[in-house]
Amino acid sequence: MADAFLDGAFVDGAFVDGNALGGTLREVFAVDVTAAMGRCAGCGNVDAIGTARVYARAAGAVARCVACDSVVMRIVAAPDRMFLDLRGLTFLEIPLPEGAA
Amino acid sequence: MARAAVLGRLIWQAATVAAVRRESPSAVTLVMDVPEWPAHAAGQHVDVKLTAEDGYSAQRSYSIASAPADGRLEITVQRVEDGEVSPYLVDVAQPGDQIELRGPIGGYFVWSPSAERGAPVLLVGGGSGVVPLMSMVRARAEGGSRIPFRLLYSVRTPQDALYADELRQRVRDDRGLDVAWAYTRTAPDGWPGVVGRIDGARLVSDGWPASLEPDVFVCGPTGFVETVADLLVDAGHEPHRIRTERFGPTGG
Repeated sequence: MADAFLDGAFVDGAFVDGNALGGTLREVFAVDVTAAMGRCAGCGNVDAIGTARVYARAAGAVARCVACDSVVMRIVAAPDRMFLDLRGLTFLEIPLPEGAA
Repeated sequence: MARAAVLGRLIWQAATVAAVRRESPSAVTLVMDVPEWPAHAAGQHVDVKLTAEDGYSAQRSYSIASAPADGRLEITVQRVEDGEVSPYLVDVAQPGDQIELRGPIGGYFVWSPSAERGAPVLLVGGGSGVVPLMSMVRARAEGGSRIPFRLLYSVRTPQDALYADELRQRVRDDRGLDVAWAYTRTAPDGWPGVVGRIDGARLVSDGWPASLEPDVFVCGPTGFVETVADLLVDAGHEPHRIRTERFGPTGG
């Protein structure tokens, strides 16, 4: 899981986009969450989860707000369960595909 | 045409390699058949998982290169030296092999001919960051879209370029598609431009004015995407119209 988003050596401080969390989040959510709009609890910035800066290392991934760098989401995947910390988000507005609403 | 995402959790599926196409000395395109594959949206990616006999498995994300189609997709993989997954996909995989994958994934870095708002599109790719952009170029042609597209593609040398022949062909055949090249290390013989990284001047000469409010997609190594996105914001482009996909420090 640690380097699931980076092929090769991890360079300290390097990050990818929230897009990279799409597959992991779809392990538990029925719809794509990277296109969802979320409000950062730190600064109030509203942006797609796909824009977050994702640092994937060690036991999981941390997503930070693109505007203020606050942690908006933490994900740790174990073989039989996932730990999802969303306290950095005050809401998520999730687009539903046709046929879901 | 992209179909609405199928509801439900994403599951791993067995894909069969139907063909392998060499794109550059260090990259191949894998054409894969997946029986239950729903047509993806241009820009989406898949996760690929390789499992060794001892049970150790490694997983990576790869952008889809092909235009949306049912049952079939193409990914283009650039070999990362000392990588765990890409050397196998580039050097070992052959037709008939089975590969575990899941997808299509992502709803943010996507472009669809039916969903666009009529604004022109600027695509900026660095190295293998061109892969999801190529899916958009192909989807535009297949969808019969007239939306003006400009692709600015940065490579180190002409040998590193992916899809070079197809892009030259499309510039002739796809009305409203422009392709501009940037060579950061070595340019082809007789190249009239400067050799070097994309800068603000290139984004002005080969992009769209911010006043046209283009939809912009930037994909490449993290440093490349940071630089280009900052230059675009400096040039007056709205940050929310600039969609980015960074694939980390390696790549390119």
